[in-house]
Amino acid sequence: MIVPAIRCAGLAKRYGDVVAVAGLDLTVATGECFGLLGPNGAGKTTTIEILEGLTVPDAGDVEVLGMHWDDGAGGRALRERLGIQLQETQLGDKLTVAETLRLFRSFYRRSHTVDEVLQLVGLEEKRRSWVGKLSGGQKQRLAVACALVSRPDLLFLDEPTTGLDPQSRRSLWEIIGDFRAGGNTVLLTTHYMEEAERLCDRVAIMDHGKVIALDTPRQLIASLGAEHVVEFALADGAASDAFLSELSGLPGVRSVRPAVDRIALTVKELHRTLPALMSLIERRGAVLSSLTTHDATLEDVFVALTGRQLRDA
Amino acid sequence: MRDHPLVQLTLCRMREFYREPEAIFWVFGFPIVLAFALGIAFRSRGPGELHVAVLRAGSGKDSVLATTLNGSPALKAVVLDSAEGRQRLRTGRIALLVVPGDPLVYRYDSTRTESRLARLEVDAVLQHARGRTDPAAVRDERVTEPGSRYIDFLIPGLLGMNLLGSGIWGVGFSVVQARQKKLLKRFMATPMRRSHYLLGFILSRLLFLFVEVVALIGFGWVMFGVGVHGSLAGLGAINVLGALSFAGLGLLVASRARTIEAVSGLMNLVMLPMWVLSGTFFSYARFPDAMQPFVKALPLTALNDALRAVMIDGTSVTRLTAPLAVVAVWGVVSFGVALKIFRWR
Repeated sequence: MIVPAIRCAGLAKRYGDVVAVAGLDLTVATGECFGLLGPNGAGKTTTIEILEGLTVPDAGDVEVLGMHWDDGAGGRALRERLGIQLQETQLGDKLTVAETLRLFRSFYRRSHTVDEVLQLVGLEEKRRSWVGKLSGGQKQRLAVACALVSRPDLLFLDEPTTGLDPQSRRSLWEIIGDFRAGGNTVLLTTHYMEEAERLCDRVAIMDHGKVIALDTPRQLIASLGAEHVVEFALADGAASDAFLSELSGLPGVRSVRPAVDRIALTVKELHRTLPALMSLIERRGAVLSSLTTHDATLEDVFVALTGRQLRDA
Repeated sequence: MRDHPLVQLTLCRMREFYREPEAIFWVFGFPIVLAFALGIAFRSRGPGELHVAVLRAGSGKDSVLATTLNGSPALKAVVLDSAEGRQRLRTGRIALLVVPGDPLVYRYDSTRTESRLARLEVDAVLQHARGRTDPAAVRDERVTEPGSRYIDFLIPGLLGMNLLGSGIWGVGFSVVQARQKKLLKRFMATPMRRSHYLLGFILSRLLFLFVEVVALIGFGWVMFGVGVHGSLAGLGAINVLGALSFAGLGLLVASRARTIEAVSGLMNLVMLPMWVLSGTFFSYARFPDAMQPFVKALPLTALNDALRAVMIDGTSVTRLTAPLAVVAVWGVVSFGVALKIFRWR
C-alpha cells in the first residue's frame, strides 16, 4: 500500500471561543497538488499549520509522509523532508538574498546549492540585493525559495500569491508547476479560485472550519449541474418574487440567485436560455442595465454552497 | 564548516547588527562620547579658583579687602552691590560673600562644598593679613596619581554599563523582532536546533564584545591615560563573563514579549535601576546602608566592582570570586529560566 503524503482525521482546534477547525478529514496522495480553498477565517491557515507541526491540534490524528509529529528527533527528521512557506513571515531586511538562502540551507542535511535554488525561482540577478529592497513578488519568490532549498518531498504553501500582481502570480505558478513535475506533493491554501483551478488536482472548499466540498475542480464545477453563469441587472433595480419564479422556469436554468444589485442564473445551455431571457424581459417591459455571461468557476461553486461571495465572505 | 548552522546563524546576526548604523552608534559611539564628555567635565583640576565677592561698603574698605583676597592664588574676588551679590550667591556663581564691618561677616551656604572651602581660604587669607602666625611649620606634597581621578573611576563603569546595554538591547530586540515578524516561527518550521539559534546570539555578542572593549579602553588610554593595572587576560575574562551573563539576561527579558513596545518597557525596567544603583557614574557607597545588600546583589554592581579592581587596583582575578560568582549566577539562572519559558512562535 502506498502511504499518502498527508492523512488527517477528526482535526479540531479552537482559540478561546473561536472554533478555527471543526472536525476535518483529509487525505493527500503523493504527487498530488491539493488546494485548501476558502474565505479568510475559514480555518485554512490553522489547518495547514497543524499539518506542518507548528500548531498542536486539540483533537485529531495527523500523519505526514507516514510519520507523526513529535518534538524530538522524529519531528526534525520529518522537517528535513518538508518545504514550508508561511503566510506572514518577514525575512530579515538587511540580509542579502544569497545570505538568507545560505542560512536556510545550513539547517538541512540535503539541500540545493544557493545557485540552484536561485535559478529555480528566477532570482539570480538579485542574489546580492538586500531582502528589504525586493518587490512584493520577489520577496514571495524568495520565501518559496527558502521552502524549496531543502529539496522537499512535500511543499506547504500558505496563500503564496495573495497581494501579488498578475505577472508575479503567474511566475509563482510556474515555479510550483516545475516543482510538481518532479513528482513531488504540494498542499496550498488560497482564496483565489483561478489559482486553485489552474494548479490543483483536487480542491477542498472550506468554510467555518469544515470541508464543505472536496473534488477535482472540474467535478466541483460540474456539481452545479450547469456550465455557465448569466449575470444581469435591471435598470429599475429590484425584482419581484413573481419575476424570480418566472426566471427559474426558463429553459436550461438550474438555479436563480438574486443579489443586491444583480441576479445570477446558473445555466446548462446558454444558447437556449439567453433568447428566452431576453423575450421575458421585453414582455415585462423592463430594461437591462447590464448582462454578462461566463463559464462557471469554483467561485460559483462556493456561492452555490454558502450563498456568499468568496472574497467578501 | 562555514555551512554549519551555528556559523551561519552567528554570521547573519552579525551582519544584521553591523548593517544597522544606529546600533553601531549606541554600542560603540555612545560610550565613547559619554566618556569624552564626562572626562572633560570632571577633569582633575581641583577646585580651581574659588569665586568670592566683597559687598560694596563705600568707605574703600571693600576694595582693600578684595585686593587682599586676590593676593591668594586660590581666590578670585570682586566688589558687588547688595542685590547683585545676593543674586550671584544664590545662583552659585560666587561661593561666598564677605560683608565688611566689625565683625566681618561671611555669608555662604554651608551645605555647598565649594562655599565651605571658600570660607576656610578667605578666613585664612584675612587672618594672615591681620597678623596671624602659624605655630606649626607644614609642607604640602601634592599627588596626581593616575587611578585616583574621576575618569579612572568612570571608564570601568562605562565598560560595565555598555556590556549590560549591548547584551540586553542586542539580544532582546532581535529576538522580539524575529518573533514579531514570524521569523522565529519560520525557523521552527525547519530542522534548526533551538540551542543553535540561542547560541548564535551569544557567539555574535562575544565577537562584538571584543571590538567594544578594545574601543573603549583604547579611547580611555589614548585620551586620558587610563591604564589597566591588572592583567589584560583577567580583564578579558571578566568581560566575557559579563557579556555572557547579560546576554542571558537579555534572552530572559525577551523570552515572552510579543512586541517591541512590550520588550522596551521590560528592558528599561531591568536596566534603569542598575544604571542608577550600580555605581557606574558615582560610588554606590552613597546609598544608605539598608540598601547595600540589594545594590551589591545586582549583576552590574558586581561586574563594575570586578572591573575596577582589575583596572585600578591591579587585583588578581583569583581574588575576585565573590563578585564574579554574582555575575555568573545571574547569567546561569536567567539563561535557564529563559530556555524554560521561551515563546518560540
